[in-house]
Amino acid sequence: MGRKFTIINPKDNVAVALQELRKDEVLDLESGGKLKILENIPACHKIALEDIPLGKTIYKYGEEIGRAANAIKKGEWIHSHNLQSVKMAGKEYEA
Amino acid sequence: MNTFMGYERPDGSIGIRNHVAILPSVACVNGVAGMISRAVPEAISLCHGHGCGRGGEEAKRHARTLANIARNPNIAAVLILGLGCEIIKGDMLAERVAQCGKPVEFIQVQKEGGSLKAAKKGIEIVRRFIEAARKCEAEPFPLNRLTIGLECGGSDSFSGITANPGVGCATDWIVDQGGTAILTETTEMIGTGHILSQRACSPAVAEAVTNMVGQVEKKTFEMLGPHAHTVISPGNMDGGMTSIQEKSLGCITKGGTRPINGVVGYGERPDKKGLILMDGPGYDMESLTGLAAAGAQVMIFTTGRGTPAGFPVIPVIKVASNSGLYHNMIDDMDLNGGAVLEGKSIQEFGADVVDMIRKVLNGEQTKAEKTQIDPNIYLRTTGRSF
Repeated sequence: MGRKFTIINPKDNVAVALQELRKDEVLDLESGGKLKILENIPACHKIALEDIPLGKTIYKYGEEIGRAANAIKKGEWIHSHNLQSVKMAGKEYEA
Repeated sequence: MNTFMGYERPDGSIGIRNHVAILPSVACVNGVAGMISRAVPEAISLCHGHGCGRGGEEAKRHARTLANIARNPNIAAVLILGLGCEIIKGDMLAERVAQCGKPVEFIQVQKEGGSLKAAKKGIEIVRRFIEAARKCEAEPFPLNRLTIGLECGGSDSFSGITANPGVGCATDWIVDQGGTAILTETTEMIGTGHILSQRACSPAVAEAVTNMVGQVEKKTFEMLGPHAHTVISPGNMDGGMTSIQEKSLGCITKGGTRPINGVVGYGERPDKKGLILMDGPGYDMESLTGLAAAGAQVMIFTTGRGTPAGFPVIPVIKVASNSGLYHNMIDDMDLNGGAVLEGKSIQEFGADVVDMIRKVLNGEQTKAEKTQIDPNIYLRTTGRSF
């Protein structure tokens, strides 16, 4: 069966699904809290660990991987529809 | 136990293997290297496709890389083969190796009167080298005398969440022991120059990091223009990666979390310990060669799709990112990062990587050492031959 998700760095506000997660599943966090999955999430994809307001930084590996392109709810899938890529070497590289 | 068993070389470096190598300065004499290594299988040939037909910076980089590979501490002694009319002269390589005190001999095939005579002489030389190398006694040395090379190739969407962060723990361990770890593959740092430069130990190193990554980003933009965003592919997107930063972070997590102490060019030997960045290509085979030239005694290679690749004189520890690959290519894989998907924490898997490094340091052969020794090396090449 194996683990369902991982949080790579304590600073991260996303978890990574290690297998497909189904809508309405409730996961136990090591911190003691719960994480209710709001939509189906494919393996290796990201889930918000907390509410992330528009424009706020999204952290994975303890580093910025982009900003919230709209308000993201705890338990939502994070991908190109709600993550805005940051600038690279002065050029805009949209994902 | 913070020591490993190794062979001290005259320049103070420590080999964890005790190979005798045959290095052609130019591909024209590869056949002679082959004749010698077929007659004396313990002598490992390091054939390549270059040594002539190129000038300028490219020829300089190739000469430096070949000389530094010959200096790799896992090589006890080296026979250099030259032709006589090539650009990268064999006698020049032999001279550079001799400067570090390593036993080296040189044969020029034209002067020797052709391949058979050269091979006969070469066989005598490598037999003598092997006799002498057998007399080297391994002794314990502290881990600060160790350099590991970091490599990933054939990555999948699990690489950045299992194998690479696990290897990152091992990188932090070796740096904390006072040793050296080299992170390379500049193309896989795209979009993270600002993150890596913050980890630099000084403003000068920060600038070197920014320049190194910036140049590759610029080149990518020049080559791909409006398509530059395709450096993250549809397959990457399907695999859950959203931005180029995220993809690159998954690669550079192999480099752990410690400060970056220096930046070197392809195939250059770092003069500092700790975490070092080496400017290098994403192509695995050229990258491994650069790491060998930089002085790595052992390399760790993470992969999601799988590869049988190793390196002739250096143990390469192959880390699978998922259990499917590990079992499917069991003859080529040393460790299973898929354990992270099945319940191990990244830190626990990192401890497994450290255990494997310790075993390999003390003589255990990696799968790539057991199954096949590739008698070829692959030099980074950017220009065309003439």
